[in-house]
Amino acid sequence: MKESHYLAGKILLREEINIHNDQFHHLIELGYLQSIPAITRKFHQYKCNRCHTTTLHHFGKIPCSRCQTTHVYCRNCIQTGRVLFCEELFLWTGPDIVWPQQKNPCYWDGTLTKHQQLAANAILHATSKPKQELLIWAVCGAGKTEMLYPAITEAIRHNKRICLATPRADVVQELYPRLKEVFPNTEMEALYGGTGVRTGVGQLIIATTHQLIRYQNAFDLLIIDELDAFPFHHDPLLHQFAVRSAKKYATKIYLTATPRPKQKRLIESNKLKAIFVPIRFHGYPLPVPRLRLELGLKRKISQNKMLHSLEAFLDSHDPKRQWLLFVPTIQLLTPFAKLLEEKGLDLATVHADDPKRKEKITAYREGKINVLITTTILERGVTFPSIDVVMIDAGHDVFDEAAIVQIAGRAGRSPKDPTGDVLLIHQGKTEAMIQAVKQIKRMNQKGKAL
Amino acid sequence: MSYCLICQSFIQTEVTWSNFLFPNKASNLCEECQKKIEQIEGDICEKCGRQMKQQGLCSDCIRWETRGECKEVLEKNRAVFQYNSFMKEIISQWKYRGDYHLIEIFKPYILEVFDQHFSKLDSNFVMIPIPLTEERLYERAFNQSEAIAKIISKKSIIPSILKRDPTKTEKQSKKSKRARLESNNPFYLETGLNKTAVIVDDIYTTGTTIYHAAKTLKLAGCPHVYSFTLIR
Repeated sequence: MKESHYLAGKILLREEINIHNDQFHHLIELGYLQSIPAITRKFHQYKCNRCHTTTLHHFGKIPCSRCQTTHVYCRNCIQTGRVLFCEELFLWTGPDIVWPQQKNPCYWDGTLTKHQQLAANAILHATSKPKQELLIWAVCGAGKTEMLYPAITEAIRHNKRICLATPRADVVQELYPRLKEVFPNTEMEALYGGTGVRTGVGQLIIATTHQLIRYQNAFDLLIIDELDAFPFHHDPLLHQFAVRSAKKYATKIYLTATPRPKQKRLIESNKLKAIFVPIRFHGYPLPVPRLRLELGLKRKISQNKMLHSLEAFLDSHDPKRQWLLFVPTIQLLTPFAKLLEEKGLDLATVHADDPKRKEKITAYREGKINVLITTTILERGVTFPSIDVVMIDAGHDVFDEAAIVQIAGRAGRSPKDPTGDVLLIHQGKTEAMIQAVKQIKRMNQKGKAL
Repeated sequence: MSYCLICQSFIQTEVTWSNFLFPNKASNLCEECQKKIEQIEGDICEKCGRQMKQQGLCSDCIRWETRGECKEVLEKNRAVFQYNSFMKEIISQWKYRGDYHLIEIFKPYILEVFDQHFSKLDSNFVMIPIPLTEERLYERAFNQSEAIAKIISKKSIIPSILKRDPTKTEKQSKKSKRARLESNNPFYLETGLNKTAVIVDDIYTTGTTIYHAAKTLKLAGCPHVYSFTLIR
């Protein structure tokens, strides 16, 4: 049955189930589809069973012409499909999918370094047992994706369904072609809030966490990349999606370079198993950020004046070498673009809602653009081989400790060019900057000791 | 406590003596989003209400005037907003994604503009929202034109008098301008109607829908037909 492949492991609205009524009722009679009310009411609180929200302002009222009454609907779900109070959600309770047998699904011919191998073994071990949870704390550029290959290979061999969830669409776009090359014969999907690769049937799914809204009881192996990143870190609902999408006995692997205090506490109290990879795959230490004080930084920014420290950086910089400029807000993109254009630099700006975001990042990766001015959207997950990084107003709230460590981690990713310059321009050190530098130094020390 | 209906950010209004003593009704949009809305103001096309640089008729209306059959069918159309990219986003979320609650954004604007242009109308007028086909109505669970009409006056709406023949209806937004202008009239009435009518629709693009409906109403006996749309 083809439709069972499409429906397995999902939780859907009737509109999202693209089959005829006869077939649909047949599946219900068979007990393969179970219905639950889309929105339930408990005392005076509504709860959307699709996105799990209970927040009052997420519920709007609609005079519904389907049931001729005025009732609530979920506004939090609007972007992925409206959920009406009078509707039902359908969960797949039928048999699991039997995936095509593959003896050697992995076509990767690289080798893991000693430290990658250790982590990979731990992941593999966790995957082979039910209900495991494991956190991989690996520095930026440790080669986290490669560490997953053995476990994914093993899971595919054992007819398991795998999800690699990451908070950013850019990361999904980057990972999909990479993994498609490694697992060419496996049904794969790339899901994010754009077109993506959607077949509805994927054994290996790479998705942004928001996309897990349509899954329940689906995955045997759930890998959450960048556990600490926005929006995952900020939105408890996303966490619930992730939990729902996994099977009861699923193994959960968390990847992060910068665990939040909450996770650190869990690790310290032995409630969460963790593997530590303090060294980059090429074995060189992480570049330590240089802090540069710029007096009157905020004033100069508001007056669109060139910064001394930035000028000094430009003077000493090889003009052919690519670099990234991080600014705290979208509003600052154009002023800095203008300032640098006057210097004759070949540049582009990019932010979250930029319609040409994908093209610009690709152009930068191909070396067609020399400088990319960006907000924090490029802070993590993306790899450019040899670049330098400059951060403007590093004391701004958006640059917390994790963000600074991540941004610094963009530099020196290539084994051919393992060093990179990381410059933080600030108007007074913040706790975040100091802690970030400390963390990087500590990692380097640990890495050296190995 | 209120949140912006579009960007979900928390709306914080400054407390002044005047709004402390006389609390005004909380706005549904944050300031940033409010700025992005463009109302139709100043010079407009005297026929269709489109935003113009100077007074007169717009090119669309000149075309309608030259088509003999459509002449004298519609008195005038008036609209509230210009169709900028921000408005396109709001409309698509409201209409296509079905976020009914966004009507709250339009409410104060609709009342103001309707009052401005149609206050001289005789009080016996009826409002005719453009109907949807049954299939589309089920899909959306609400009729956007009816939602607009309800804001103005619940009493004067005659919802299901104007009917739509599903065999002659295709989604207008999926057709080219030419195809729209040449499409068949999908509207019909089963009874006569001898009252001033105001057609209500969400978007006036080429005017085809409005002119079709107006012609049908005129044939049914309406002495004057006006129209009111959210967007021109």
